[in-house]
Amino acid sequence: MSAALSLGPVLYNWPAEDWRDFYFRIADEAPLDRVYLGEVVCSKRTPFFASYLPEVAARLQCAGKEVVYSTLALIMAEAEMDTVRTLAQSPDILIEANDIGSAALLAGRPHVIGPFVNVYNEATLDYLARSGASLVSLPWELPAPAIAALAKSAAIPLEVQIFGRIPLAISARCYHARQCGLHKDGCQYVCAEDPDGMTVETLDGEDFLAVNGTQTLTHTIGTLMPELAELRGMGIGNFRLWPQAIDMVAVAQIFRDVLDGRTETQEAWQNLADIADFAPFSNGFYHGEEGVSLQR
Amino acid sequence: MTARQDNIAALELICPAGNPAALEAAVAAGADVVYAGFADATNARNFPGLNFTRDEMAAGIDHAHRHGCGVYIAVNTYPEAGNAGPWRAAVDDAAALGADAIILADIGLLQYAAESEPDLRRHLSVQASASNRAAIEFYQRAFGVKRVVLPRVLTLAEIAELNDGLPVETEVFAFGGMCVMAEGRCTLSAYATGQSPNCDGVCSPASHVRYERRGGDTVSRLGDFTLNIFSEGEAAGYPTLCKGRFVAGESASYLFDEPSSLNVLEMLPELAAAGVRALKIEGRQRGRAYVSRVVSAFRQAVDGSAQSGALDDMTEGARNTAGAYQKSWH
Repeated sequence: MSAALSLGPVLYNWPAEDWRDFYFRIADEAPLDRVYLGEVVCSKRTPFFASYLPEVAARLQCAGKEVVYSTLALIMAEAEMDTVRTLAQSPDILIEANDIGSAALLAGRPHVIGPFVNVYNEATLDYLARSGASLVSLPWELPAPAIAALAKSAAIPLEVQIFGRIPLAISARCYHARQCGLHKDGCQYVCAEDPDGMTVETLDGEDFLAVNGTQTLTHTIGTLMPELAELRGMGIGNFRLWPQAIDMVAVAQIFRDVLDGRTETQEAWQNLADIADFAPFSNGFYHGEEGVSLQR
Repeated sequence: MTARQDNIAALELICPAGNPAALEAAVAAGADVVYAGFADATNARNFPGLNFTRDEMAAGIDHAHRHGCGVYIAVNTYPEAGNAGPWRAAVDDAAALGADAIILADIGLLQYAAESEPDLRRHLSVQASASNRAAIEFYQRAFGVKRVVLPRVLTLAEIAELNDGLPVETEVFAFGGMCVMAEGRCTLSAYATGQSPNCDGVCSPASHVRYERRGGDTVSRLGDFTLNIFSEGEAAGYPTLCKGRFVAGESASYLFDEPSSLNVLEMLPELAAAGVRALKIEGRQRGRAYVSRVVSAFRQAVDGSAQSGALDDMTEGARNTAGAYQKSWH
């Protein structure tokens, strides 16, 4: 069976028109099987692109791509949970739960468990599958042996993240606002100034992390490419790319060609590095090392 | 005693026991309950030299019970795929040893505990990050959880709203180290060191910490990263990743959080009014003197004889914070 390639939700605060046009081009040109849409990080951003959501979803579906509606990773307010409840009123859409409260609301109907939910072992995976999950996107922290063990026991398909800055943490506090001396409630949406997140350096000038509002990500771009054959061998059939502010159609094409055996990994790796040139690659989590490291 | 004081007096004091000496100190200082873990990766304070063997736990439970103090056992990391054995053994042994409750985070392990040890009371660890009513009700409905330790992301007002009609008790952090990220959902430490709270029970482990002298400065490093540079005379704090000083937007700052300690000693009436059932004191990595002092101060405060500012010198960098309980923190 051919591997399915998906595009995770845009994690950053992109201008709404850019967001719409990004997805229009993805719909028309990118060799993707599944596209996740929706706000995962901060509920204050949702109103900006909400009016474009229906036409973006329709365009993606017309292009033969499965649309999944992603939901918030950290839900604290009832109003935020109401957003999930409202989505869930449409019985025919597929929703990704990124909080266990959302997963509980979706129990009994097909849904996706997103990578922000802690699925570390077979027993948890089995519980969620029996609750109706039709796909589980695994947390980024899992090393290869854990992914293999989960794949071996899984009654449902699993997805692994293979490209993009890796989300490391979520907080109630907004670091973008804090860095600008602002409170979250009066944030002036300063996160919009950094379409791939705000670079965080150490005092010695080493690149370290990226901040995206309440979310903290890696500075490096998590990239699994030589590992794809091993993952396929484990039985992993779904692979997720995270959107970055680069040519994601080209990125998707590179991974599609590697998965289909049309391009050698070495050549594809170089092509990817030419496009994704804003930060170095890392793959340490998969190899059981520091996440920042790169095993070649 | 006023009704208001009654509410405060009903607050249960949950105190850290990183080893048998700390357990005895906490019991002597007036803990209602001590919490402890076994000496392996099954609990979130898996530090060298800490925690309990099975025999030590048996003796600790006996000592605590003889003094009218309860014992909760934390089994609050996430079982490794393909290796559930140590976590299930911890649950079974907690029941066999007579613990009063176990503190769990993982769904699979909660289910195991509910089925294998149905009579052992189950609490939800802060590491499960249950920050909303739907999540909390799920753990109650699915696994019979009796109490939830709330993540340190909610304001006092949000806690009060949450407690209204909630089918479980809530426990909140009252003193000590404070995560600024949602607990159980943070892999910052694993990014820099390969070891994480969820999988290994450690954050920013000492094995990956180095201090270097550079001229008159002290540089603290975690893995390959500089977390802070202290000038001559400045106290060099421990390089916990989220408490480091970083450069973003061209200015250097404590981007995530200043080194400080949570301290709600002055907020007990508000917490009681918000419907909180229990107060948790962080610090299983702390020695008996610290435990004794902090537990005593909270015992006095709960019993209505608080000394204002009693713990001000015990906090990190001598800085107190009410953390996320105050809206201004966010």
